[in-house]
Amino acid sequence: MSGVEQQDNNMDKITNRFEDGAEDAELGQALESFKQCVDAWSDAAYSRPRTVEQTVRRRSWRLAVGWALGCVLVAGSLSGGVFERQHQIDLKQRAARQRAAEQQKQGEQQARAQVTDEDLLTDVDSDVSRQVPSAMEPLAQMMAVDESK
Amino acid sequence: MRILEAAVNSGAVRASTWVMAAGTALKAMTMPTAGDIAAEEFSRVVERHRPQIFRFLLSSTRDVDLAETLTQECFLKAHRNWSSFRGESSAMTWLMRIAINLQKDHWRNRRMQFWRTTRTNSVDLDEASEWLPSGESSVEQQLLARERVKQVWTAVKGLSERQRTVFLLRYVEEQELSEIATATGLSEGTVKAHLSRAVGRVRLELGGKR
Repeated sequence: MSGVEQQDNNMDKITNRFEDGAEDAELGQALESFKQCVDAWSDAAYSRPRTVEQTVRRRSWRLAVGWALGCVLVAGSLSGGVFERQHQIDLKQRAARQRAAEQQKQGEQQARAQVTDEDLLTDVDSDVSRQVPSAMEPLAQMMAVDESK
Repeated sequence: MRILEAAVNSGAVRASTWVMAAGTALKAMTMPTAGDIAAEEFSRVVERHRPQIFRFLLSSTRDVDLAETLTQECFLKAHRNWSSFRGESSAMTWLMRIAINLQKDHWRNRRMQFWRTTRTNSVDLDEASEWLPSGESSVEQQLLARERVKQVWTAVKGLSERQRTVFLLRYVEEQELSEIATATGLSEGTVKAHLSRAVGRVRLELGGKR
């Protein structure tokens, strides 16, 4: 005996206990009322006026709102991104400019410091050597002669 | 003379051939094609069985919109496969089988989309029980009948998918067990067993013995 046949036999055993609902008066009446209920509901729902146009309009309105919101979101995020990027570029440029200015200032300071020392020494030399009182001039000339010797 | 006769005859033959050809063409224009016949036949099937399919789906889902959608899908699928329908079973049984499979697929997909499980358009059992024609019975009888119908709806709600399908096909669509077996793809014995359990559940809900 195959498995399918055995299963069918089992089912037959079960169905032997099966009592048709129609035999039971109360059950039969309940099932009859149930059928009538389903029939009436189905007929009413089947012949009800359709509101396709309204639904479509509502859907299209929702669709439009959805699209608008989506566009606003996309535009907002795009412009935000662009603004942020521009801001970063500005900051970088400003920092670079600042750095360059500082470097330039440092260079100038260094150059100024070098020039100032040399100039100072030269000035001191020339001032010391040249600002000699005229009364001492002959002595100074003598000193120069001694040095040459 | 012979030449003249031959010319006349050949002209007559040509004329008659032309008339026949024209007649055939005219016939071809007016005679419906196989496709036209099939389309007409299908539209008759739709007209005849659509309310029944809708009723079954409505009673099974308790959702008017869903029942309408599934009915549309059922006939769309049937239209696509109409050429493969060999008439081994009745058109109604064939359509019912498509409807049952569509419904099964729908619930399976819904289970997959777990976030949609909480949202359902199925009407309340009280609302479903209100659709009872008043007839000539008294108010008390109507109330009693409504209460019974509500109990049956409650029992139907608690049935498994297969039991519900079998029960509705038997007691709402009033189909024979063999038809139910063909539509559901089950053996008649299995159909009887499912029906037995479903009726037992209804009986229990009504307060009787199982």
